[in-house]
Order: sequence, then C-alpha cells, then structure tokens
Amino acid sequence: MKKGLLLFIGICMLISISAVSFAGSEPDPSGGGTGGAADVVGVTANAPSADDLQNMAATEPLAVKLADVIGHNRIAINMVWTLICGFLVMFMQAGFALAETGFTRAKNAGHTMGMNFMVYAIGMLGYWICGFAIQMGGVGGVATLGGATGLNGEFIINIFGKDFGLFGTKGFFLSGSTYDAVIFSVFLFQMVFMDTTATIPTGSMAERWTFKSFLVYAFFISMFVYPLHANWVWGGGWLAQLGKNFGLGHGMVDFAGSSVVHLTGGVAALAGAMVLGPRLGKFKKDGTPNAMPGHHIPMAITGVFILAFGWFGFNAGSTLAGGDLRIGVVAVNTMLASAAGAVSAMIYMWVFYEKPDISMIANGFLAGLVAITAPCAFVNSVSAVIIGLIAGILLCMSVFFVERKLKIDDPVGAISVHGVNGAWGVLALGLFADGTYGAGWNGVSDGVRGLFYGDFSQFGAQLTGVITNIVFVFTVMYVFFKVLDKIVPLRVSEEVEREGLDMAEVAVLAYPEFSISSSVYR
Amino acid sequence: MKKIEVIIKPFKLDEVKDALNKIGVTGMSVSEVKGFGRQKGHKEIYRGAEYMVDFVPKIKIDMVVSCDMADPVISTILEHASTGKIGDGKIFVSSVEKAIRIRTGESGKEAV
Repeated sequence: MKKGLLLFIGICMLISISAVSFAGSEPDPSGGGTGGAADVVGVTANAPSADDLQNMAATEPLAVKLADVIGHNRIAINMVWTLICGFLVMFMQAGFALAETGFTRAKNAGHTMGMNFMVYAIGMLGYWICGFAIQMGGVGGVATLGGATGLNGEFIINIFGKDFGLFGTKGFFLSGSTYDAVIFSVFLFQMVFMDTTATIPTGSMAERWTFKSFLVYAFFISMFVYPLHANWVWGGGWLAQLGKNFGLGHGMVDFAGSSVVHLTGGVAALAGAMVLGPRLGKFKKDGTPNAMPGHHIPMAITGVFILAFGWFGFNAGSTLAGGDLRIGVVAVNTMLASAAGAVSAMIYMWVFYEKPDISMIANGFLAGLVAITAPCAFVNSVSAVIIGLIAGILLCMSVFFVERKLKIDDPVGAISVHGVNGAWGVLALGLFADGTYGAGWNGVSDGVRGLFYGDFSQFGAQLTGVITNIVFVFTVMYVFFKVLDKIVPLRVSEEVEREGLDMAEVAVLAYPEFSISSSVYR
Repeated sequence: MKKIEVIIKPFKLDEVKDALNKIGVTGMSVSEVKGFGRQKGHKEIYRGAEYMVDFVPKIKIDMVVSCDMADPVISTILEHASTGKIGDGKIFVSSVEKAIRIRTGESGKEAV
C-alpha cells in the first residue's frame, strides 16, 4: 500500500500539467490588418531580411511601402488557395454521398443520402462548438496565412521532462480572440477534412443504421474523437513533437491526412460495423457472403470522380499556400497514385475473380488516393505510382479479408479503402520520403526523409502514429457505439430493414415512382 | 373470345407488335417480367461473391381477341418471335368469359 502510494507520488512529481498560452496579436476579424511587410521577410531565396527593411526605410521609402502591399498579396494568394481548396474538399461530400448511395440498394437510397448530407451539417456545428478548438486551439501562428496567433492555447502534460501536447484550449464557438479572418479560413479548411472522416463510417454502416443514433455519432466524432488525434498530429501535439522530443525523424508526419482523416474514419467504420452487425441476408448460414449489388453504378462512379477531383484540394491545399510551388508535385503525385490503384485493382480482380469488377476498381482508385494523402508532398513520381499500385492490391485483399475472414459486412469497402490504406499511406511516407521537401517540419531541420532514403527514425515516428491512431480510435469508438446502442439503438428493426429505411428513417422515398402507390399517379 | 399470353425475348417486342398490328390486332398490354423455363439462369460474380441469376428478363404480352383471330395471332407470333435459340418463350391461350369497354360499356366481340 505504502509502496504504491510512494510510486504514485513519484510519478506525479515527474508529470506536470500546464495549459500553455503564449503571446498572441490582436484578432483581425475584417482581415484588413493581416499581411504586410513582415510577410515578405525571408520568403524567397533573395527576399529582404528584417534588417534590410529597417535599414533601407530611409533610402528607399517607396520600396518599403510596396513591401507592405506585396506581403499582403502573398498572404492573399495563400488564403485564396486555402479557401478554394477547402471548397473543393467540401464538394467531396457530394462524392461520398453519390458513391455510397450508388453502391447500396435503392430501397435505402434516401437514408444513405440523408446520412451523408446531415453529417456535414452536424459535423459543422460540432466542430464549431469545440472540435476546432480542441484540434487547433494551440497550433500557434500559421505563417503562410500571416496570422492566426490567437490559436495560442494548448493543454500540455510534462512527463520526464518532455512536453506532450494533448488538446487545444482556444477557439470555442470561434469567438473572442479567434474571431479573426485568418482563423476563420483555417476553420473552414480543417472542418471539411473533419467531415471527410465523419462521413466514412456511414459507408460501412449503411442500410441498417438508425438515423437518431447516427446523429449522436456525428456530434461525438466531430467534437472529440477526430479533433484529439488531429491535435496530436497537426495541432502541435505530442505525435508531431516526437522528432523534437525523441529524435524520431520530423515527428509523425502526415501531409494531408492518411491517418488523421482516413485511418481515423476507417477504424471508426470498423468499430461501428462490428457493433451494428451484418445486413440481413448478407451471410448464408455457413458464413459465405451473399452478393448485394449496388443499385446505380453510374451514380457511384460519378461520385468516385467527384472524390478524385476534390482530392486535388485535399492534398494540394494542405500546403496552405498557393505560393508554395510544391503544389504541382503534390497534385501530380495524387493523380498518379489514383491511376495506379485503379489499374492494380483491375488486374487483381481479373486474375483472381474472372472479371474486372468496376466497383472494386473504383475502390482501388480511391485506395490509391487515400494512400498517397500522407506522402504526396514528400515523394517522387515513381514512388507515388508504386504506393498506388500497392494500395490497389491491399484494397482487394482487405475487402475479402474483412468480408470472408472477419465476417464483417462493409457494403462499400470503407474499412478497406480508408482504414487499411490510411495506415499504408502513413507508413509509405516513412519509407519513400526523399528529402526534397519539408525542411523545418515540426521544428526539425532538413527535408523529410524515409527509410529508403536513409532515415530509419522517420519510419519509427510513422509507426508510432499508426499504432496510436488505431488503439485510440478503435477503443473510443467501439466503447462509444456499445454504450450508445444501449441508449439509442443503433440498428433498425427487421421490418424496416426488409422494407427499406427510406420511409421509416428519413420520411421520403428515394424513388417513389418505382413503387406502386396511389399518391404517385395524380 | 380468347386471351393470348405471350412471353418473348425483350428485343423481339417491336417486331412482334408491328406484325400483330398488320394482321388486325388492335390492342394489347405489355409488362416486364423475369422468368425461366428450361433455359435456366446463369452465374454472376459481384465483389468476389458468386450468385445465381435464375430469372432472365422477358416481355409478356397480354391480348384478348375474337376466337377466329386466335390462330392467325399464334402463327404470326411463331414467325416473328422465334430465334431458334433457347429462351424464345411460350404462348398460352385461354378462354375469356366477358370483355367490356369502359368508355362505352360495350361488351363481347365489339369490346376487343
């Protein structure tokens, strides 16, 4: 008893808890005060230094004034880029809605669309209430956007002398010091990424999930689960600091979110599908699966194309800077990986399952996109293609593993597209990053380099991040779904499931003219 | 009067309809059905899961004609709906007790 107490006190002495708050500038809600001469300093190879601006003020007054405009324009280019890319990612919601609805049955189309639709609205509010604050409250200034220093509160625990950032403390309801033009832009960009995660489980849980319990889930994931892990990787939290603290490469690096967005979504999708159980009739008595073909392949493929289009915003936008000319490389790596994923999935299906199944090829296309999302800024084109080829094969193998070995019913392959390939993307960065980009990332000098280019420790950081994500998200979401099921039942009744969820859950039939009812023939 | 139900391959519908119009059949209803006879279905595969498609899409034509039209209709259908391959379909003939035109109230042969 005494030994336990002494041990406990000893540990407490090593851990100190603090909410760090560093000095921030005044918030700028109109945007008029953001972007000036200071944003010109050191931004190109031959840019003036701060001393230059000071010393030359007397001899070249016009130049100094112009520097102010130029600095403003630089910030403007970056903000416009960030916002436009954010709008593209928002459009991916339509892509998810169309892909999921096309790959599931007609009788549930209204409900599937309804979930993908409401996850945007609810996720938005949940994120505005506290999700953004938890994720980005302590990220500090966003240099490419010339401000956002109002995000200066991070809750940190200090263990054995090292700081572990856990969550942000500024930005609730986007109020107070966070009512700022730059911070609002960051909110928009980050929110649409969060929504991508939130919409992934609607795929694995389609065709049998009650709308009520889905709404509770949407709040929970947008307010707490996504933001916590996102803080650790992108908000300046402890996974990002693995490099500074423990010498693991540049800390965990995830450029646009293979883990933060897709792995989180895929793992949540897995937990949800496990708790929910398979659709009625999905598995025969002996456990072999029955086919349940999607009802609208053109809709699904259109959705997949919309996702690929939005992904340009997803990946290239993550520079948060139109002036960062790596965006061309990012965009091209993205498209190459998608093509490679589609091709390898096609070959796999043709070889092992007789025909090039377009639904699996479309999944392979998306898998390539998911896998390149982390490494897209750090690899060359050959690596991007290899990463995509492997993603397509992993996707096919995973779909069959999840369905046949784990006996989990995933109507659209969400677990395999986002979960498995999200993990692959993060690890692929730890292998293929070639050092040509990322100097100074997470406070570590030099470019980001992976195992094949000489840095083993980066792979270690990536592995730590993947394991953390899987353990954290799965545990929290599994417990959440189990508890939620007791309060608001997750699954619709057998009658509703057989008839179709549309009328019972969302009060509209997706295709009323295809069912015989007198109200249609007026 | 006779009711003639015909099950044919879908792509034969236009040809059969035109041929029947030519010999004086003035009305018919058409529905999309699925079925099998000795043709049986075939195996399909979706995302690696095999499933049997037992029912093959067909078109069913229903028409009621006067007794003397029955044989000409049958031979016209046999001539135009047949491909010689399995799955060409079937013709069923049954007796009709009454037929009435709703607009005018006519019955019997005048109604068909």
